[in-house]
Amino acid sequence: MTATITEEHPQIEAPARLALIASIGRIAACVASYLQAAPLALILGFFFLLPILMIAVVSFWDYDFAGLYPDFLTMNYTDTLGSWVTWKTYLNTLKYTALVWGLTLVIGFWVAYFLAFHIRTTTMQMVLFLVCTVPFLTSNIIRMISWIPVLGRNGLVNSTLIEMGLIPAPIEWLLYSDFAVVLAMVHLNTLFMVTPIFNTLMRIDKSLIEAARDAGANGRQILWNVILPLAKPGIAIGSIFVVTLVMADFSTVQVMSGGQSASVALMMKNQMSLLQYPAAAANAVVLLIVVLLMVAAILRVVDIRKEL
Amino acid sequence: MTTENKTPKGISRRGLLKTGAAATGAVIGSGLITGFPTIWAQNPITLRQFGTGVSNINAIAEKCKADLGITLEMTATDSDAAAQRAVTQPDSYDIADIEYWILKKVFPAGVIQPMDIKKLKYYDKIVPLFKTGKLTPDSVIAQGTAPHTVGFVEAPGEKTFAKGETQWFTMVPTIYNADTLGIRPDLVGREITTWADIMDPAFKGKTSILNIPSIGIMDAAMIMEAMGNIKYADKGNMTKEEIDATIDFLIKAKQDGQFRAFWKSFDESVNLMASGEVVIQSMWSPAVAAVRSKGIACKYQPLKEGYRSWGGGLGLAAHLSGAQLDAAYEYINWYTSGWVGGYLNRQGYYSAAMDTAKEFMSADEWGYWIEGKPAQGDILSPEGKVMEKAGAVRDGGSFVERMGKVACWNSVMDEDRYMVKRWNEFIAA
Repeated sequence: MTATITEEHPQIEAPARLALIASIGRIAACVASYLQAAPLALILGFFFLLPILMIAVVSFWDYDFAGLYPDFLTMNYTDTLGSWVTWKTYLNTLKYTALVWGLTLVIGFWVAYFLAFHIRTTTMQMVLFLVCTVPFLTSNIIRMISWIPVLGRNGLVNSTLIEMGLIPAPIEWLLYSDFAVVLAMVHLNTLFMVTPIFNTLMRIDKSLIEAARDAGANGRQILWNVILPLAKPGIAIGSIFVVTLVMADFSTVQVMSGGQSASVALMMKNQMSLLQYPAAAANAVVLLIVVLLMVAAILRVVDIRKEL
Repeated sequence: MTTENKTPKGISRRGLLKTGAAATGAVIGSGLITGFPTIWAQNPITLRQFGTGVSNINAIAEKCKADLGITLEMTATDSDAAAQRAVTQPDSYDIADIEYWILKKVFPAGVIQPMDIKKLKYYDKIVPLFKTGKLTPDSVIAQGTAPHTVGFVEAPGEKTFAKGETQWFTMVPTIYNADTLGIRPDLVGREITTWADIMDPAFKGKTSILNIPSIGIMDAAMIMEAMGNIKYADKGNMTKEEIDATIDFLIKAKQDGQFRAFWKSFDESVNLMASGEVVIQSMWSPAVAAVRSKGIACKYQPLKEGYRSWGGGLGLAAHLSGAQLDAAYEYINWYTSGWVGGYLNRQGYYSAAMDTAKEFMSADEWGYWIEGKPAQGDILSPEGKVMEKAGAVRDGGSFVERMGKVACWNSVMDEDRYMVKRWNEFIAA
């Protein structure tokens, strides 16, 4: 077929055919890129966007103990935002977030700094970095619960201190307190700070530090004016991890505070266990907005895409 | 009884091989049933039972299969999910194994059909607590959702409960118990006699109550009333003002540091007690047994105001008819015929038909668990683990002493939603 056509109108067909091939090629390339993006788009669409959309929709529904009733009520939002419990719980959660963020940042930065600048061989750096991840071989819950026999009234810390004669009676606030919650959260989340900061610190060109030293900067000035600004993208990424994880935490707060403290996610879990799904959904939407605002604020301060 | 237990075994083993034919068997079987007892292994029948877990015991399903040839498919959920499922998916189960307060919530939806007591072989053996609310003729009827108040309807199809005993029984009680405070006798250092003792400043930071709103509020009510702060018209159905007073009291106690923790799961309560973090707290009887099994002294302390009680039963799904309904009756008659009762009694719960259960327990077991006598030999759990050594006496004493002193039953309040809202404030405060 093609052969005959080209023979009949060789002078018209040749360039047209080229153009056709070119346009098919363009379309194909275009389709191919869509096809390449399709699996991820579908997965995100089905397993991420659709559920969030569902949560947003359900948050306007009515409910009783027996079921959910499609409706458009703002009751769930007015109940959530109009109650002092919500505000107090958010305040409490933000308090945990701020404390845990600050502590993981300081600890995480120094661990990363030590790994990046004080360990000389790459092999040793990797070995020590892997050592940091060892606790992650056990589950989150186990690592958290293992604090209980350490901190308890008759736990390791208290019994040791009493036997050494340092304290007359057990320290009560070690367990089932804000201290215990923050301690466990810092323990669980510091690595999320270490990893991205370590990554950015490793990319810092050593000659920049040498140049700073040659220019007469002392160690503190180098840290403040050279290393810290260059570590910002890593700090931002780590902060996003820590902030989102702590804002959404319920098990640590529940276990380590002995049920005495509330967090936003715990409030949602309580509502879900009472089958008040629309109320929990409204709470989830509010939390999502708050966390997105926090992430946006972090990204506004630091451009995490900025390459060194 | 014993012959009935032995003969079906051989047949049911063959029946096990035929489980694939369960569905068809149910249909064919409907024409063949002539009377009781029937050996269902010939025409395998499956009953789907769902419930709150406490009585979803594998050993019961196995024994039921061996004795009756009926396959029991058991599903366990928490109580809120059970209430929801009972109403929203009435075709997903044949037998509902739920607590009485859940029944009060779900029965008006028409998903449970009442049972004809004429078909219940052991109806007259069921303890009067579930028929009249009185264990002994001179008992006082407890507050809350007492089982007898939701136990009967006038006729099938009725949505409201009957005032007294009728021919139509909503649920056959299966398992129940009386809850109180657990204490560490070695650490409290004094006699504990009343619910108010949990608020003793001496135990500041060493107490706990459970963080399950519908049960926690009842424990709180027992404490409030024992302290003389308030007199409830009905602890199981508080007014808004009563709820406010109770929660405000709890919030104040929490802020004063009276509580060490609030527990939600069985394990948490065991750990709190075993580690010595708390010395007095709300507790469930198997948790007390679990602490004791670690070699740590723990007592399920009877208190002068009485117990907070709970109970569950088996209800028939409204959709059951024909052979399946007959099988369900057969199953319930088997359930009350003694073996299960003995099993439950040996776990420290109580069975509904005590007389039949007695035949399946040794004299020593009966004496220890039910009559409150000192154990002659070691007391074993149904799984064969030593629970108590010879000479031990059950905390609280005999069945009549314990169940005769029930002050209130677990319940669902009219102001349920308000109560839960305020409870969350207590936890957040």
